[in-house]
Amino acid sequence: MSYYCDKYPIIEKKCISRDTFSITIYAPEAAKAAHAGQFANISAPGFTLRRPISICEFSRSRGTLRFVFEVRGKGTEAISRLNVGDNLDVLGPLGNGFAIPDSARRVVLVGGGIGVPPMLGLAKKLGDRATAILGFRDYSRIILADEFEKYGAATAICTDDGSVGYNGMVTGPLESTLKNTGADIVCACGPMPMLNAIAKICAQYDVPCRVSLEQRMGCGVGACVVCSCLTVRNGQEHYARVCKDGPVFDAKEVKFNG
Amino acid sequence: MADLSVKIAGVEFPNPVIAASGTYGNGECFTDLYPLSRLGGISCKGMTIVPKLGNVPPRIAETPSGILNSVGLQNIGVHGFIEYYLPTLKEEGNVIIANVAGATIDDYIAAAEALDVTNVDMIELNISCPNVKAGGATWGVTCEGAASVTKAVRAATSKPLIVKLTPNVTNITEIAKAVEAEGADSISMINTLLGMRIDIRTKRPILHNNVGGLSGPAIFPVAVRMVWQCYNAVKIPIIGMGGISTWEDAVEMMMAGASAIQMGTAIFTDPWSPIKVIEGLNDYMDKNGIKDLSEIVGQVKPWD
Repeated sequence: MSYYCDKYPIIEKKCISRDTFSITIYAPEAAKAAHAGQFANISAPGFTLRRPISICEFSRSRGTLRFVFEVRGKGTEAISRLNVGDNLDVLGPLGNGFAIPDSARRVVLVGGGIGVPPMLGLAKKLGDRATAILGFRDYSRIILADEFEKYGAATAICTDDGSVGYNGMVTGPLESTLKNTGADIVCACGPMPMLNAIAKICAQYDVPCRVSLEQRMGCGVGACVVCSCLTVRNGQEHYARVCKDGPVFDAKEVKFNG
Repeated sequence: MADLSVKIAGVEFPNPVIAASGTYGNGECFTDLYPLSRLGGISCKGMTIVPKLGNVPPRIAETPSGILNSVGLQNIGVHGFIEYYLPTLKEEGNVIIANVAGATIDDYIAAAEALDVTNVDMIELNISCPNVKAGGATWGVTCEGAASVTKAVRAATSKPLIVKLTPNVTNITEIAKAVEAEGADSISMINTLLGMRIDIRTKRPILHNNVGGLSGPAIFPVAVRMVWQCYNAVKIPIIGMGGISTWEDAVEMMMAGASAIQMGTAIFTDPWSPIKVIEGLNDYMDKNGIKDLSEIVGQVKPWD
């Protein structure tokens, strides 16, 4: 795993839903090094801390990296004001990403809200081996669902208010999928309570589960041990680094209430 | 190419830019960008004689022009450092400084004795960490505490000894004089200023530790002032830090009285920043005909 830190030109920028932006940069060496599920630490002009943003997808042949992020505060707002022609100061690709065994034929991808974008790179890689279950607050927040379908994933949409698709949380369709067709592995990204619920269902059906976590972050490269997450390995509690040991963890190792 | 080398407590640094303890880990995470030999030195992640789990997250919060942190000295212990990190650091880096913290004087002595028999270049006594319940800054806030730790460690090691001072005191020059009197070879300053942020929606402090250490450009003027005061109070060399992010900041800190500088939070903003500061200092010396950085140390001309 190698990473870079440089300024890369923005070649495409779109607002894809309320407060959610898609930015694509031309960064051939970073694209070459990238894996699905990794992230980048992106400089927010005028702020001390970079913002960790997941890599939505990448193209090694075109040399591009794409980020889809939500404006949550002043830092992400500053990033959202950058436009085509401006440079994006990117430290990445960082973290471990999702490792999917070649033998896995049925992979379930679960994304909640702004946890949806990092799953798209996996959908692109897996094609029709993937089933995507995507959860949003309501119809106005739906992002990227058509792109999951384009890459060949059987895609189900869930909304909290039932305005589109399944009325309720992603855990409903996930449980039916595991009960009816089974899965070789489940990969998920979203809010902690959602990940906790998914981990429990996967444990119940004895399906391996990988979760991508978020934490307030410092360096992004594993040095400062700021973005820690309580994990248990070999019976020992340990603060793992979300940026370096993660962001993807085996759900069995994560202490969700730690 | 200017000669950027500096000498502190008999130790030669190829340039005056040192990675501060904390944000740089033990250097191993940055070698994708540049070799560790580009830096004058590395002050390693604060270590304790017994490994520490660290504080419950969140451990960081952003502030205007800075950050608060409360890592709580998570580390693998002095013996783990000596076994896993030190050999590579010595091979790849220049001056390697072991930053040592403890809860009791015996902890500090045990750590210093363990490091004394290694090839680490210097020991930096951390008597200023605001993020642990026992020890840390409690030693650094009184002259008696600071003096007693310095005296004990001085007796336990022949390594050059830097004492890192906390700014959370009434008069930092008194602490500086106290550690100088007990045999410190150098002082490094300033550690973080104790701060707090609250999420007004949840009424919860952002840091799980409630309070944490403030660092970054926000504290730079405080650091310059304190370095200048101490430069006028002690004879031992000062390693200046606290919010340095550009070569201009480094020059300013040296004019206030620092013989070398450390950079911490700036590495979060831009991991290249220490290299940019070294390059900027080189150009500055060339343009101004400066042969040796000692020509600018303490050269501020205060108003009468």
